[in-house]
Order: sequence, then C-alpha cells, then structure tokens
Amino acid sequence: MSLLTHPADMAPLTHEAVAERLKGTKVDVPNAVYKWAMFGALAITLAILVLLIASFFGAGIEVLSNRGMGFLTVGNSSDPAEAGMWQAILGSALIAAFVAAIAFPLGIAAAVYLEEYSSENWMTRLISVNIRNLAGVPSIVYGLLGLSIFVKALGGVTGGRSIIAGGLTLAVLVLPIVIITSAEALRAVPDSIREAGFGVGAARWEVIRSHVLPYAAPGILTGTVLSLARALGEAAPLILVGASIGFFSSAEGTGLLDRIQGTFTAMPNLTYGWARQPGEDWQANTSAAILVMLVVIFSFNAVAILLRNRFDRKRDY
Amino acid sequence: MAEIVLSATDLQVSNARKRKEAAVHWALLGAAVLSVVITVLIVVSLVGEAWSFVRGEDFEWSSLTDIGWFPRRGFYDVGTLVVGSVIVTAIAMLVAWPLGVGAAIYLSEYAEPRVRRLLKPILEILAGIPSIVLGFFALTVISPDFVQTVFTDSPQFNLLAAGLGVGILTIPLVASISEDALRSVPRSLREASEGLGARKMTTTVQVVIPAAVSGLVAALIIGVSRAIGETMVVTVAAGASGGSLFTTDPTQPGQTMTAAMASLATGTDQVRGASGAFQSLFFVGLLLFVITLVLNIISERFVARVRQRY
Amino acid sequence: MSPDPTTAVTGTESNVIDEDGESRFREPERRRSPRREGDRVGPTAPRVEARAAAAPTDERVDEQHAVFDIRDLSVFYGEFRAVRNVNMVVRRHEITAFIGPSGCGKTTVLRCLNRMNDLVPSARVDGQILHHGVDLYDREVDAVEVRRRIGMVFQKPNPFPKSIYDNIAFGPRIAGKPKSEMDDIVERSLGQAALWDEVKDRLSDSAMGLSGGQQQRLCIARAVAVEPEVVLMDEPCSALDPVATSRIEDLMQQIKDEYTIVIVTHNMQQAARVSDRTAFFITEVSEAAEGQGGDQRTGLLVEYDNTEAIFSNPADERTENYITGRFG
Repeated sequence: MSLLTHPADMAPLTHEAVAERLKGTKVDVPNAVYKWAMFGALAITLAILVLLIASFFGAGIEVLSNRGMGFLTVGNSSDPAEAGMWQAILGSALIAAFVAAIAFPLGIAAAVYLEEYSSENWMTRLISVNIRNLAGVPSIVYGLLGLSIFVKALGGVTGGRSIIAGGLTLAVLVLPIVIITSAEALRAVPDSIREAGFGVGAARWEVIRSHVLPYAAPGILTGTVLSLARALGEAAPLILVGASIGFFSSAEGTGLLDRIQGTFTAMPNLTYGWARQPGEDWQANTSAAILVMLVVIFSFNAVAILLRNRFDRKRDY
Repeated sequence: MAEIVLSATDLQVSNARKRKEAAVHWALLGAAVLSVVITVLIVVSLVGEAWSFVRGEDFEWSSLTDIGWFPRRGFYDVGTLVVGSVIVTAIAMLVAWPLGVGAAIYLSEYAEPRVRRLLKPILEILAGIPSIVLGFFALTVISPDFVQTVFTDSPQFNLLAAGLGVGILTIPLVASISEDALRSVPRSLREASEGLGARKMTTTVQVVIPAAVSGLVAALIIGVSRAIGETMVVTVAAGASGGSLFTTDPTQPGQTMTAAMASLATGTDQVRGASGAFQSLFFVGLLLFVITLVLNIISERFVARVRQRY
Repeated sequence: MSPDPTTAVTGTESNVIDEDGESRFREPERRRSPRREGDRVGPTAPRVEARAAAAPTDERVDEQHAVFDIRDLSVFYGEFRAVRNVNMVVRRHEITAFIGPSGCGKTTVLRCLNRMNDLVPSARVDGQILHHGVDLYDREVDAVEVRRRIGMVFQKPNPFPKSIYDNIAFGPRIAGKPKSEMDDIVERSLGQAALWDEVKDRLSDSAMGLSGGQQQRLCIARAVAVEPEVVLMDEPCSALDPVATSRIEDLMQQIKDEYTIVIVTHNMQQAARVSDRTAFFITEVSEAAEGQGGDQRTGLLVEYDNTEAIFSNPADERTENYITGRFG
C-alpha cells in the first residue's frame, strides 16, 4: 500500500472528461515533418537516379538507332561516326571468362573449406578476417597487384600488358566476394541435410558434393553472377594493367594467342576513352556505350535477383 | 541363420576413399589459404616498390612537401593528393550520409512492406552502376548544370563535381548497411516505446537510432573508405591529369591519390620502368591501402559491437 | 481499504456464453463482496438456469468504474477472425485475469485495450471498447493518448539499452514532465516496482545488466512512471523463474490500490492466486466459412466471474474441464 496519492485518482472519470483527454490534437507537426524529411532523402536519391539515366538514355538511343547493330560489331576508330564497341565487348567477354574460370572454382572451394571443414581456430579466424578486409580494398590497389605480379613478374607467361593479366587481376578482385557469398549460401544449408548424408555412411566430401552443394547452389550462383556484374564494370584495375582505351590488337593475321597477349580493352575502358574526347559526337557515342554496358550489367543483376527470389521461395523441405 | 562376424576392418574406411577425402581436404585448404597469399602479395609488391621509391636516387624526403604533385618532374608532394582525396571524400559524405541514412530510416521504420519491396531493388540498381558512368555524369551534367551555375568562374573540371559524383555512388552502400543496422533492433524495443505512448518520431529518434548507432557508425566509416578508394569519377571529372598544384578550393581542378595513380599508369613510355615516377605509383598505392585498411578495421569493431548487443 | 462500491450495489455479474453462442446474464444469486485477504470462501452457489437478457452492463457498473466495458468485440487479422463476441466489464482497482489455452485470443483482446493492435496492418476491430464511456476505437480518439493512460508490460522484458534512470524517465519525459520532478518520479516508480533498494546506487548503469526478474520489474516501473490508470500485463512472468514470479505477483497486489490491472496468463494457479476476477477463453473450431479452406480457430469468452467462483464452482463445463486439467 503506497503512501503517495495517485494523481489519476483525482482526475474526473466522467465520460466527458475522459473523452476530452483522449481526443488529443490531431495535427502533429514534428512527426509529419520528420517523416517527410526521411521520405525526401529517398525521393531525392531516386530522382538522381532518374536524372542519371535520362542523361545518357536519349542520346544513347539515338546513336544506337542510327548505327544499328553496326555499333556493336565494328571496332573502334578515330572517326566518331565509324567507331564501334566490338573490341570492348570482346574484351569484356574474355574477362568474364577468366573470372568465371578462376574466381568461381577457387572462391567456392575456399568457402567450402571455411564452412564445412575448418574448425574455430586462429587460422580460420585469420583467413576470415583477411577475406573481409580484401573485400574492402579499393579496386585500383588490385590493379597495382596485377601490374607488379601478372604484368611484370609473370610477364613471360601472360604476355605482359594483356587481357590475360587483366582477367587474372579482376578474378583476384572478385574472389573475396565469391567467397563471402558462397559461404553465406553454405551457412544457410540446414544441418539436417548434412546429418542425413552422414547418417547413411557417406564421407564428408561425398556429403558436400551430393547434398550440401546442390542445396546451396542457387545462393552460390547468385553470388557468382553478382560478382561477374561487378567485374564487368571495373575500369581502374585494367587501366593499371595497361588496358587501352578502346583497341584490341587486331592487326591482320594475328592469331588467338597473340591477341590475348597483346593490347586489350574492355567496355568500361572504352567508355572512359570516349568520355575524354571532346565534341558532341563522341559524347553521344559515350552515351550509347554506357547504355549497352548497363544493359549487360543490369541483365546480370536481374538474373541474380531472380535466382535469389527462387532460392528464397524454394525452401519447402 | 549364419553367424555374422564383424571385424575391425569392416568398420574402417577403404584406403581409396580415405585418400580421396584427404586430397579434397588439402585442395580446399589451399584455396582458402590463397586469400592470405593474395594479401601478402599485395603488401609485398606495394612495400617493395615503395621502398625502392624512397631509396631511389631521384628521391628526396623534402619533395614530399613541395608545392605540388608533378611526378614526372620529380615533385612528389603527396600532401596535395591526400588533401585532394580528403576534399572529395568530405563532399561525397555530405551527400551520401544524409541521403543514405535518411533513406534507410524511411525504408526501415516508415515504409509499408509493399513500398519497401518496390523501392529497395531500385537502390540496388543504383549500387550496380559502374563508376565510369558516374564519372561521365559528373563531367557532363553535374559540373555544367549544377556546379558551374552556382560558381560561375569554375572550370568544367573541378573537385566539387567529382565529390558529388562519388557521393551519389556511395549512397546505396551507406543506405544498405544503415538499414541492416536499424532492422537489427528488435521489435520489442519499439513496442515498449509505443506502449508508453511515444509517437513514431520519438520512438525512431530516441529508441531505435540510439540502439542501432554502432551499425550506423560502421556504415559511415565504410562509406568513407569506399569514397577514398574511388578512382574513375575523379579521374574523369576532377581534371589535372599531368599533375596538380596544391589546392584546397573545391571549385578548381585537383587530383586525389587514386586519380594520380591512374594517371601515372596511362602516361607515356617514360613512366614505365623503374624510374622514380613509376615507383611513386606504388608509394601512393601503399598509402591508400594503409588508410583504407585502417578504416575497414575500425568499422569492423563497430559491426562487432552491434552483434554483441543482440 | 474501502470496498469496491460496484459490488455493494450490483452484486456479482457473470457472463456465460452457452453452446448456441447467445450471451446471457446469470441472475445474481446473492451478493458477494470482493475477495480480500482473510476472507474465507463462502458456500458455493447452486447453479442457476441462465436466462436470456440483452441489457448492457452500464446500468450495473457506472462509467466511473467501468474501466473497460467491452461490447461484442471481434478482432480480425485480414480474413481470419481471431476472437469473437466478447462482452465483459473490467472494473477499477481490480486485478482481472484472462486465462485459457493458447491461441484463444486473450492476448489479442488485451492488446485491443490499449490499441496496440493498431500496429498490425491487417488488424480490424468490430464492436466497442468503452473506457469510462468513451469508445477507444472512436475515430477521434488518439491512440497515442490512449497508450499514455493505459500502459503495458510485455511477456519478455524489453528494457531499452539505456541506463536504469533513462529507462524510467523515458515515458515522463515525452509526456512533458519537467526535469525538476524527474528524480522523484524515478524513485517513486522504482519503489512501486519494489526495485528501488536494489538499484538506487546504480541508476546510471545500463539496464541490460539486470537479471531477468529485475528487468521485468524495471519494465513495470517504467510503465507506472507515466501514472497510467491501467496496467496491462501480457504473461509478464512466463520468461521468469519462480522466485522472480512470486515477487511480481506480490507487486501486483501492492499496486492494485492505485492502478487497475488486467493480466493475461497461461498459468491458472497464478490467476487463482492473484486476481479478483477471471475471464476464461477457449478456441472454437468453426467450419470453413466464407470460402476459407480448413479450420478457423476463433477465440471466444466462455465465462467471466469472480475468481473464487471460476475456480471453485464454474458454471460452464468447459471451464471446469480446463481448470481441472482435462485439457490444456
């Protein structure tokens, strides 16, 4: 029993008095202002995105409709009316191949080791911390790595400033991303799946190969597609490794081996080269190149998102 | 019924299987260790060349504080570059922090699920745009239509346009991490606050944000790290490719550490090879690497704090 | 301690819903005074044939004392009807317990009493909840004001990650209490929650460092700091050990004079120990109605009476089955 009087006891409890207290002021200015300010932040961001797309969309579409497929199948040139993206597209495709061939298996393997084999010790923690730090290293620093190792040290094999070196550099750049996303996908596999495999007498790798990996495959796939989209947009590391601004060695009679060891380029670098050229024609070409590059990259992103949605919905067992 | 006799060998794994399992184990371990190897290589190559730079014949420590960064002429005023990076990053954060955190608060606390599902992927789209595109946008739209209309004497190449471009690039990163931090605050805290008769804004500002503050700080630090490491926007929009005078005026052209590195790499043949200019590339690279590494480690601390709490 | 004037005037009132779903009022058999410490349980009343009646309750409980006059309340989450046709009156300075098996809508009804269900987008309410004659769901009523006057303690203690002091001061501060009163308010609230002595020397320590039982008492202190009229408690002891539980039960008895308490509990013995009046809910499986495939389990109020009566002489067979443990 309390000695303090309870103020609520003293307030009248008639219908009218209570009604008056409960029907508070309807207008709450600070709350509304705050909400609209936060919405404003989002709205401004979206508006910027729209402005961004609009800035190159119109000019880009015009160039593409004038030049048609020729824009994509013709190589670069010093004449803006003749210049095309073919070499850049080829370069980007080769880089994608390198990234897929090197970063995906190595990354998934590392993730499998970290999630399925290793135990909690100092070495595992060191590796995990290290991977997270690598994911945060600026892309141009990877370019330096590529320059000193792939171009100079391994120059004999890679041909120096070549697309091989470029592909290897970008493979190293996306490796941490592949590892992190694959590890997440593996962590999401319920233990019951593994236990079922072990329970019938399978060894660890057999369990992983036939039970865990298939279950985690959509998540892993999503991660790899996203990393590919990232690699296709990177120009800075390639600049350091010697990418040209739009030309792939294409002299008459060069064989494939010579080609991949020679001058090279990729879509973002071509865009960079064109962006620096003065004149409206070049600017229009740049817009078109951006449009093409974004279509490719966004398709990859869209595929990854679709995969992720199917991944989320599919878990019914 | 025949007797079933079990011997120890029945319960052993066959040799072939054992070997296969071991082989797989070592192969996977090798892949994981590779990541450490990469880090070591990065550090070794950077430090190695940076060391030769500092030890080289053309180099004198005093040149580190000369009037500007003109590597091909032997002026290695790294301070110019660092100041350039700081200016661009500061401008970028003035854009990315309010917009990113604000958007995150709206998406996490106010938006209905339907709206959220629609708008969040759009932010992810912005995140996927390559930086060269933002660089072009900064040069051809931000600079003439925004910067030059306000500061009429500024040239088309200027640090301000570059900074704004980098800021736009960083918004999705800041927003995404901030939103994760806000959503990790348990529902029960919001209920407790609402149960006491707090309005939405009060709950958000006095309960949710303080509870998520470590994650928000981590988001900001990671944003800074990203902005400092950004190359293409500044290379295209900030100008000053051959070198730059020391400047603190954002309406003028300038160079950041990253742009200087890109410019050194695309120079003429003089640059290639073991000359001072070439090695200065690695020197700056090492500096950049160390700065971003320190920032990332600090941000990890804050992320760990969020995990600890819940 | 003055007797509750209601029962002196109107006698007991209990509300029984029979199998057909019609609500009736049982004619008061004899007057009973509210349960007090030291009272002996009197002889049980013989069962009386329930008679149909449609009279609303406020002629028996005036609006001063009808803290909640719940009239024909049904709650829907989207298409799903979680609870239906609840009719009951909660009186001032009493502890009212809601008991029943899980999923029977007791928490749903509780959360309607301070409009917490507003926070669930698909929730919809039919019927009325009159608080001293004012319908809480009236369009003009501000839910935030409601929650300042009707507080809530949740199942799992949820202190803010702030200092003990700031946890308690949070509510009063946003209600605009001046800084000069804050120290007194914090001391009074912690005192009412029987926590003051344990924490008075460490008010600036983080609330997260307290034990589970202490945290829940902190949440009670936090709720009473704004001096609400009512404190709603949603299974407040279910996450606590027996010692902490009995401390909170004692606490409820101590603060009963100043507040009205409604508690949801799945622990029958707790309801029997602590409450003055008990409402028993069950779920009823209705056939696929309105095109909904499968069973719909809708909660409903079966019996509401003095706690003594419910536990020693329940009117409904289902109540009796529940309290004797024939179903859980």
